[in-house]
Amino acid sequence: MRLCLTVLLMLLALPSAAVIETYEFSAPELEVRYRSLSQELRCPKCQNQNIADSNAPISKDLRRLLYQQLEAGATDQEILEDMVRRYGEFVRYRPDFDRNTVLLWLAPLLFLALGGALAAVVLRRARGGPTQALDSDERARLDALLADKDRAQ
Amino acid sequence: MIPEIGHFALILALCLAVTLAVVPLWGAWRRNLGAMALAPSLAVGVLVFSVIAFACLATAFLQDDFSVRVVAANSNSLLPPIYKFSALWGNHEGSLLLWVTILAGWMAAVATFSQQLPTVVLARVLAVMGIIAVGFLSFSLLTSNPFERLLPSTPADGNDLNPLLQDPGLIIHPPLLYMGYVGFSVAFAFAIAALLGGRLDAAWARWSRPWTNVAWAFLSAGIMLGSWWAYYELGWGGWWFWDPVENASFMPWLAGTALLHSLAVTEKRGLFKSWTVLLAIFAFSLSLLGTFLVRSGVLTSVHAFATDPARGLFILVFLALVVGGSLGLYAMRAPTVTSRIGFAWLSRETLLLFNNLVFTVATLTVLFGTLFPLVMDAFELGKYSVGPPYFNAIFVPLMALLMPVMGIGPLSRWKQDSAARWRAELLLPGLAAVACGLLLPLFGQGYNLWVALAVTLAAWLVLGLARDLHNRIRSAPSIARGLRRLPASYWGMQLAHFGFAACVVGAVAVTQYSIEHDLKMAPGDSETLAGYRFEFLGLARVEGPNYLAQEARFAVTRNGRPVARLAAQKRRYLASGSVMTEAAIDDGLFRDLYVAMGEPVGSGGAWAIRLHYKPMVRWLWLGALFMAIGGLTTVADRRYRRHRAPARAPGGREAAHGTPA
Amino acid sequence: MAPRLKLFIPLALFGVLALLLARGLQLDPKELPSALIDRPLPNFSLPALESGDMLTNATVTGEVALFNVWATWCITCRVEHPYLEKLAAAGVPIYGINYKDDSSAARRWLAELGNPYRANIVDAEGTLGLDLGVYGAPETYLVDGAGIVRYRHVGEVNDRIWESTLGPLYRQLAGGESGS
Repeated sequence: MRLCLTVLLMLLALPSAAVIETYEFSAPELEVRYRSLSQELRCPKCQNQNIADSNAPISKDLRRLLYQQLEAGATDQEILEDMVRRYGEFVRYRPDFDRNTVLLWLAPLLFLALGGALAAVVLRRARGGPTQALDSDERARLDALLADKDRAQ
Repeated sequence: MIPEIGHFALILALCLAVTLAVVPLWGAWRRNLGAMALAPSLAVGVLVFSVIAFACLATAFLQDDFSVRVVAANSNSLLPPIYKFSALWGNHEGSLLLWVTILAGWMAAVATFSQQLPTVVLARVLAVMGIIAVGFLSFSLLTSNPFERLLPSTPADGNDLNPLLQDPGLIIHPPLLYMGYVGFSVAFAFAIAALLGGRLDAAWARWSRPWTNVAWAFLSAGIMLGSWWAYYELGWGGWWFWDPVENASFMPWLAGTALLHSLAVTEKRGLFKSWTVLLAIFAFSLSLLGTFLVRSGVLTSVHAFATDPARGLFILVFLALVVGGSLGLYAMRAPTVTSRIGFAWLSRETLLLFNNLVFTVATLTVLFGTLFPLVMDAFELGKYSVGPPYFNAIFVPLMALLMPVMGIGPLSRWKQDSAARWRAELLLPGLAAVACGLLLPLFGQGYNLWVALAVTLAAWLVLGLARDLHNRIRSAPSIARGLRRLPASYWGMQLAHFGFAACVVGAVAVTQYSIEHDLKMAPGDSETLAGYRFEFLGLARVEGPNYLAQEARFAVTRNGRPVARLAAQKRRYLASGSVMTEAAIDDGLFRDLYVAMGEPVGSGGAWAIRLHYKPMVRWLWLGALFMAIGGLTTVADRRYRRHRAPARAPGGREAAHGTPA
Repeated sequence: MAPRLKLFIPLALFGVLALLLARGLQLDPKELPSALIDRPLPNFSLPALESGDMLTNATVTGEVALFNVWATWCITCRVEHPYLEKLAAAGVPIYGINYKDDSSAARRWLAELGNPYRANIVDAEGTLGLDLGVYGAPETYLVDGAGIVRYRHVGEVNDRIWESTLGPLYRQLAGGESGS
């Protein structure tokens, strides 16, 4: 009982021991796909880890499942969909492009477009103005401020 | 007794901070010089008492005073003394005390080095920092008191420091990171002071620039150390995971990068004032947001501290007051009249505007991606994960967008430049960069388009920098004299941009060319990876100060010539019983060789072993180091230190302008 | 828009963010709903712990029942065991899924502590667990008469959980069935 508790607590603790498994793949491409998929799948039980790095028992099971599916000839898409069917959208670190995640994937473009529009306005205005940064009055004040060793009395 | 002294010192620090937050601001408002002049001494006072509190907690850790709760929970009598000391910030309460102490340090530094500021400005800046100190000191005292005792049930020994944190990198990573985080409070305080005073001008930008650069440099170094630590200590060979806690430190860095470029425009040209103020608020707000994310438990992270909703609520309220208050002040007092100052489309201003755009978009995207799971959960749309594949897909194109422009930046002229001049200056660097991109990847593991692209862009940056340096010293009588004549801030820019280029090459090369192999190896076995032959010599038992380890010894040869001997360990820490992988790394400028141990396989003495070949991974951290050194170098610039001019009396004029309407 | 009003945009955006974060404090990011809700129990064919006969979906569905994932290595399972006995005594059908466990140890456990289960499905390899989306023990699934998963509870089942969530849902499903 005691031992069980210790083992469990260890599993819950921070990731510490590296996960190194020695699956033998029938083709080298499968190993490459295994590596990339296992890094894209999230361990459902852990804090925030992919199944490649997590040493939780559930990750071990999922890695084995992934290995079996790869060897059985499943495509990446099929494997990901199967994992989602079991554990929900939560398991994929690369959210699918769907109704809910449209905003996520388009966010950078949206930000870029908004920022670009703003920058364009700034540029159009700037072209009209005089190119002298500070007028002489301002320049004098800046010098005075920067040169002033004494503080205001 | 010592913990009680510490507790008392912390309370005194809070009292002084409250005074600092109130009296000088009142003085600035009523134009009471006496009240304003109190600010610097109060700031130093807060530092003194914070340091006393810090020293008391450090003493409790070093003396194994397990009657103090955080010591009992995070230290152990077997722990080497240096880790007993660094265990202080390996937990929520202690790290918060470090936060507060560093904040007090920045306050005292501003008080000391800004004596040339008009009294009213200095009073406002320090008072704003005082407000932040009040928030964090009361956070510490009310929700996370580090001096809480476990009396009378004092444990005989402590729980031990998490073995992952028992590492030299983790001794200095948090202090550096906090120096950066907290350092942005100075730029923030200057921005708020400027808004309060109603004058956003070039002087304000010049005052806050060196502080911003230093904070940014510390943050760069802190992030670099964190990444390096993850690489060698977590045993996975990864260097960036886009974990919410990593993002929490990266967002202020991105916003800070935009800020320090924007400050340059504001100082030199008096442009983008309102935008620069907003960025200063933004950068520090993201630091506060990071603190919230790390300590509240709203997002799951590998690195998060033990969380507590009460703490989360406290920081959230504080965040709302500080950020809401400052954005409200911004809305009320930022200038609405657009600047009359113009510049041509082809000019340094435009390029820096583009830089601001890219970094702001990057910050917002990282923020949105990090919070996206929370958004979906809040609207009950399901549980989502946003991880490395998303962030990489977004971040790489953004940086690729930035770099072509960044190459022109240093060469460009303010106000107006011409395409013809850029062509003349950059034709040669451009062609040479393309040549580098075509040729250099041939030395890697096979030709790779991504590497070619990264090398081209990085070479474009570096050659542009070289061209600019050449232009600047061309007219000097000798090269040495020419080089010496260049201002420190210019050298800082050169170093930082060079570092950025190195980072990009390192990141892309290591991502594209890494070779990783997990396999079963018994003593006597060997395996060849990228031309390096790893031979498993044998196993040994090693006893450390507070752990026992199995050690796997490897000899690495290349073409029969010895390259390195590596000893990877699997440690069991005695106090906690936790097992840790300690990777063995042979580092080099152009490649790292990396060995980590998994579990024993079968009964024949074989182990699961991970071998890595990591080309150019050091460039990442060296690049970041260059950036940090660049940031620090700019501070040595003469224009931030002169001003011994005869006294006039413009301070009174400032005060006249500076009263809130 | 008046120029001054535009400057309030950052404040407004921050307000939205602050509300979101406040909501976030009330949510638990670790709580994962089952992906199987409102979908049929996955197909399986596994031996029964007691008899060794093959059990399939057809043999265990037909009425509203609880499916309890348990193992002898799971400490919380021991804590919740007496409560399961109480539920079984009250007439709630419970099937056990003996998850990644040693069968002889599991039989000893049942002999020692009592057996609240109609039958126990031996899932030694955790394959059914994977299909169900189990990520630890104990977990309890509420499956209706048509074999559709209606609810999953992660962690211990106790009086509080039963009275607040599982129980009402069970009664509603069971009542609806007898009514129809």
